[in-house]
Amino acid sequence: MTAAAANTILRTSRTLRRPSHVVATLFVVLLAAAVLAPLVSLAVIALAGDAEIWPHLAAYVLPKAITDTAMLLAGVAVLTAVIGIGTAWIVTTYQFPGRDALCWLLPLPLAFPTYIVAYVYVDMLDAIGPVQSAFRALFGYATAAEYWFPPIRSLPGAVFVMGLVLYPYVFLAARAMFQTQSASLIEVARTLGASRLMLARHIALPLARPALAVGLSLALLETLNDIGASEYLGVQTLTLSVFTTWINRSSLPGAAQIACVMLIVIVALMALERHGRRHKRFIVSARRARIAPRIPLKGRAGWIALALCLLPVCLGFILPAGVLVQEVVRRGLLFGFDTDLIGHTLTTVSLAAAATAIAIVLGLAAAICVRMVKSPLSNAGLVIAGLGYAVPGTVLALGLMTPLVSIDEGLNWITRNTAGVTVGLVLAGSSAALVVAYVLRFLAIATGSAQAGLARIPHEIDDVARTLGTRSAGIAWFIHLPMSRAALGGAALLVFVDCLKELPATLLLRPLNVETLSTYIYQFATRGNFEEGALAALLIVAVGILPVIHLTRFADIAPAPVASSSGR
Amino acid sequence: MAAITFRALARASIAALIAAGSAGVAAAQSGEVNVYTYREQKLIQPLFDAFTKDTGIKVNVVSASSGLEQRIKTEGANSPADVLLTVDIGRLEDAVQAGITQPIKSSTIDKAVPAQYRDPEGHWAGVSMRARVVYASKERVKQDTITYEELADPKWKGKICIRSGQHIYNNALIAAMIAKHGEAKAQAWLTGLKANLAQKPSGGDRETARDVAAGKCDLGIGNTYYYPLMQNNPQQKDWADATKVILPTFEGGGTHVNISGVVLAKNAPHKAEAMKLIDWLAGDTAQQMYANSVYEYPVKAGIAVNPAIASFGPLKPDALPIVKIGQNKKAAANLVDKVGFDN
Repeated sequence: MTAAAANTILRTSRTLRRPSHVVATLFVVLLAAAVLAPLVSLAVIALAGDAEIWPHLAAYVLPKAITDTAMLLAGVAVLTAVIGIGTAWIVTTYQFPGRDALCWLLPLPLAFPTYIVAYVYVDMLDAIGPVQSAFRALFGYATAAEYWFPPIRSLPGAVFVMGLVLYPYVFLAARAMFQTQSASLIEVARTLGASRLMLARHIALPLARPALAVGLSLALLETLNDIGASEYLGVQTLTLSVFTTWINRSSLPGAAQIACVMLIVIVALMALERHGRRHKRFIVSARRARIAPRIPLKGRAGWIALALCLLPVCLGFILPAGVLVQEVVRRGLLFGFDTDLIGHTLTTVSLAAAATAIAIVLGLAAAICVRMVKSPLSNAGLVIAGLGYAVPGTVLALGLMTPLVSIDEGLNWITRNTAGVTVGLVLAGSSAALVVAYVLRFLAIATGSAQAGLARIPHEIDDVARTLGTRSAGIAWFIHLPMSRAALGGAALLVFVDCLKELPATLLLRPLNVETLSTYIYQFATRGNFEEGALAALLIVAVGILPVIHLTRFADIAPAPVASSSGR
Repeated sequence: MAAITFRALARASIAALIAAGSAGVAAAQSGEVNVYTYREQKLIQPLFDAFTKDTGIKVNVVSASSGLEQRIKTEGANSPADVLLTVDIGRLEDAVQAGITQPIKSSTIDKAVPAQYRDPEGHWAGVSMRARVVYASKERVKQDTITYEELADPKWKGKICIRSGQHIYNNALIAAMIAKHGEAKAQAWLTGLKANLAQKPSGGDRETARDVAAGKCDLGIGNTYYYPLMQNNPQQKDWADATKVILPTFEGGGTHVNISGVVLAKNAPHKAEAMKLIDWLAGDTAQQMYANSVYEYPVKAGIAVNPAIASFGPLKPDALPIVKIGQNKKAAANLVDKVGFDN
């Protein structure tokens, strides 16, 4: 046994001496096991063989898939970071006309399923669309073959569409961090003669790093796991090769193998990022930070700030929403209202709400446990608990079926032996399967945000409370919960909206006769008629907007010149 | 005290479980049938409504785009699935391979569905057909007939549009080409077709049809039903008017068709109702509905196709046994990678 391993065990066993720590560790381990269950069943499928497909994949599929995926991820990373961090910096640092409205307008593109925005842009910018038709009329071209026009169905097109839909992940994370950054640091830096750019580079951004890492990794994992938009726009991603291997090469084991390798690479990258900031602490102040007042921008500067922030809102939200409204009107979807939609909306909202509540409670509890115990075991548990987001939805759903059915078989065994009845697929055959899938898939958002929020509370506060006789549960309730409320609110919003939009796992796991808004839209889209689903798409947006507005208002901390007392 | 509470809790939860489960059991007693389908629900619902009206049997549906065979397999003995409806021959073969089917023994099916569109052992039966056709520009393409082989002719250089070669519709076409001409010839053909493309494969059949209308290309390859969808949409009528649909044929053969079909699940809890549904789907009412609401070709002889589809001319389906397409699916997928068709 190596010294390091011995040391790890020693440290773990030492931290486990307190009974509350045993309970906390056990909780995190169990949560990790729940997330691991579908991944293990995936690994079991992968082990079933089919090694013979790898020479073919290596020769013809992977080189292209890896380059395309890498370029797509790099492009989306740059675009979401520039838009997300830039707009968050502007709305937290400056006061200008329209700034308050922008705070809730900027996250709105999140409410759109990515593939719907892809359809809208293809309709608009494709050869037959209004833009190119006008271009032809203007310059006297007879056909689209006579000139070159930047193709929207391309890798840059995919970067554009995904960047526009996914930047809110980064925006929300960056804004939450920027606006709670202490004024004193910024003032000290200013006194020392730092320019605004230097402030952003040397203070605001480094301090926001944990949150930005969470926001950016959510956006990138969403990009990586997307299948609808990238296939439609002709990008050959690795996730697409998982699907063609499964469906066309009829090799589920081969598909599972690719998915497992992807998962390992993702885990390695995430570990690398964590390793990079392992010795850094991101605590700002023991008291609730005094917020720097926003700098008023007058005249042209104010208008420029407004225009810069409005651009992503227009491209990512107003324009697609406008197209959908136009389709609703054109097709009379409002007057010939499909009454089924009311039921679908209720189903969607209740599933999403249940999953969000469970995910947030579990995520926060896990993050608090890890903070309390601080053992390598619980740290690893928390990382594993976030892996559901790192696999494509369909793959997670495939992996989840086996554990769910096994539990059902266990239940049937019990009822058969106690009451002599079989109850069928109680879990796998009901909406419970969907809630479980959503929670496991989006738990990463909850644990990530909770951890980022907790990281800003100094451990000294916990120690003081403990000295005063407060027990662990009391510290969690009276200190951790109130102080990470903003971060949790943002996480709840993301999880809720992600559940509303979730498609691949919902399609595969839903019980008989259950339709969500997302699956409703999809059935039209696959038939080349997505406009028929326009009203349902707007309903997702409408349901998603309410919490967005509520939460961004609630999170908009007023710049207070006087420090308030922390917690209670 | 604690033990009693625990026991009461356990008893209560078992009772709750049975109550929850009995909803499903009750469903098993009355006339119901559970359908897992790759067809979009809105599209197929009118058929099920008509079936319920005819027979009084309620139809419960779940639709998905992939993985239903796997779901039925994993659900195992407790699976509620009675019938699986698919839109591609490959999927039907996958279901048989997964061991989730049982033979459909029905004289109605044997009479209505031509042997070519049935599994010899009865594990699946086709209920409707779709053809993979050519959308051509009325203005720029003068010929009214074409062969699939001709699509690789250099005279079409830069003039053809198509979606990804890995999409199941194209996969089936390429598989048919391999079954007819062998892998080497099929590879040469696919390479030739690739060289003729106006742009990298992307989008769906509707984008392909639209690109032909916009003049981005002269020929597009797509399924039949998008044409009536364009015709029926006032904003898109002009696009439909600018294009014509040609039913291509293989050299010395007919037009490539794929089938949508049914499978009877191995553990079907409502087998009698399921058989009624399967027979009904091959009956006159359902076959007419397939023609007119889904714009597909009925498999049953003597049922008229929709006028919009009939305007393409009479369909002469290729004589290649449809099972051969499923058997060459994997080879077709590998060929697409090999020639870099989608790159």
